[in-house]
Amino acid sequence: MSEKVILDLKDICKTFNRGSVNEKVALKNLSLTVNEGDFITVIGGNGAGKSTLMNAICGTFPVDSGRIILGGADVTRLPEYKRAKYLGRVFQDPMMGTSPNMEIEENLALAYRRGKVRSLMPGITRKEREFYREQLSRLGLGLENRMTAKVGLLSGGQRQSLTLLMATLKKPELLLLDEHTAALDPKTAAKVLGFTEEIAAENNLTTVMITHNMMDAIRCGNRLIMMQEGRVIYDVCGEEKKALKVEDLLQRFRESGGEINDRMVLS
Amino acid sequence: MFFDALPGAISLGLIWGVMAIGVFITYKVLDFADLTVDGSICTGGAVCAVLMAAGVNAWLAVLVAVIAGALAGLVTGIFHTLLGIPAILSGILTQLILWSVNLKIMGQANTAVDSRGSYVIVTQLESGWAILIMFGFLAVIVGGLYWFFGTEAGCGIRATGNNPDMSRAQGINVNLNKIIGLMISNALVALAGALLAQYQGFADINMGRGAIVIGLAAVIIGEAIVTRISRNFAVQLAGVVLGGIIYYIVYQFVIWLELDTEYLKMFSAIVVAIFLAVPYWKKKYFYKFSKKRKYQSGGDINANGTHSSSGGDNPDSDVANMAESSPQGGQGNV
Repeated sequence: MSEKVILDLKDICKTFNRGSVNEKVALKNLSLTVNEGDFITVIGGNGAGKSTLMNAICGTFPVDSGRIILGGADVTRLPEYKRAKYLGRVFQDPMMGTSPNMEIEENLALAYRRGKVRSLMPGITRKEREFYREQLSRLGLGLENRMTAKVGLLSGGQRQSLTLLMATLKKPELLLLDEHTAALDPKTAAKVLGFTEEIAAENNLTTVMITHNMMDAIRCGNRLIMMQEGRVIYDVCGEEKKALKVEDLLQRFRESGGEINDRMVLS
Repeated sequence: MFFDALPGAISLGLIWGVMAIGVFITYKVLDFADLTVDGSICTGGAVCAVLMAAGVNAWLAVLVAVIAGALAGLVTGIFHTLLGIPAILSGILTQLILWSVNLKIMGQANTAVDSRGSYVIVTQLESGWAILIMFGFLAVIVGGLYWFFGTEAGCGIRATGNNPDMSRAQGINVNLNKIIGLMISNALVALAGALLAQYQGFADINMGRGAIVIGLAAVIIGEAIVTRISRNFAVQLAGVVLGGIIYYIVYQFVIWLELDTEYLKMFSAIVVAIFLAVPYWKKKYFYKFSKKRKYQSGGDINANGTHSSSGGDNPDSDVANMAESSPQGGQGNV
């Protein structure tokens, strides 16, 4: 697969609280190239910089140095809301990705207009509603019959599924998943992850998924990267990745001086 | 005697209802406690009164007052978004700026509006007419806001107030939306100030003191009445106006009882404090109880504990919860 480059990170550095006792180097000259159609799983210990990487791509904060090329455009200096047109995002916290006081269909309509100038046209049209109903029914949660219910009434799993649908409703250049199943119970997590894979495969979405679950990291996607102290220490794809075992990853992890915690092994 | 004063109370309530709708937009929709209003209501009154004293047509004077109010909102918005000043402080700063500005506009502490000699839109000399005209104003305002908050732009503003993180992720310019919301809100507040100046026959530097509390009282009273009936956005706005009317009827009642009206602001503040405290306390002590039952239903991915963290003991989240309003159905047929 030597096709279009979707995301190109060049020498990204980010240090939090520079010059204070809490100084924390989160990203250290990190470079990463993501090709079209890649489904990358990202693993690493606490504080390895996984979420910082995600937020740097999204533009939650400016990076100290380096370049971020997204969909062929240099977005390094673009604010978060302008980068949104390239990105679909699902957060770890199920409460973060949806608007609780707005209806299910209104949330979808907001997402459907990502990257578009928000005009004085109606916020949702009848035609869209049919489309949303169709999309919601695929989740198999019965939400298609509750389209005017406030999202705040849904459970965490339902909200996370909805967020995933919202992130992909308008096909993003890059789908970013930040431990999006971590706050869910195992059964729900499996279901949401299954839907993630389904939707990514169907739309050939380029995806970067952070996970703390090594089994998931090995099973999902075509490429795996391991992070440690703000850089990529292991990058594997294709057959080699498929052949990986959890023990191999733990071994790598130990060699690089990482701490292994229960969460990584058990879950 | 009390009933004689009723038309006056109702028309005052309707005028303050316009102001309360402005407060509703910041406080409920944007989740932004905007204290600019204490200043911008007076700005509206001052601009209108001074222009009319100079012979400008009443409607034109109102229009300029509305623009002045929007500019006041813009200043607060810039303080908050561009300069990163906390919401409440931004409002207080603008309020203080407006105190000087209002004095400069009027050149003195108050300015009379000649409601006998020149044409005015509303006047207490004819409160029956005033009520009718105010209903007209409110119909246009409520209708206009209902339409606006159902558009793409309006939905963006509602999302901004409801969940800024999600809004940014969906490409919504949160800062811009806050500024727009503040401008609309303060434009309405200034409109109320301009109408109030015409109605009572003068603008006064103190006319805005404590306005935010009256506005909040109207919002809260209105919500208490209307929430059970409908969550429709237009109904919510109508409820806010109703809240304003009730406030002024109670006010009239207090005067009629010959109680000391100097206590009125204190009572208003206490009533607002109590009403703000009730949902918080209710949640703190009855939350687990009531919520658990509600979430048992739902699809086959069931509530899994993450819910209890959604509200809990955060007083802010309650503010958000109260803004359950939305233009129903999104107006697919517009």
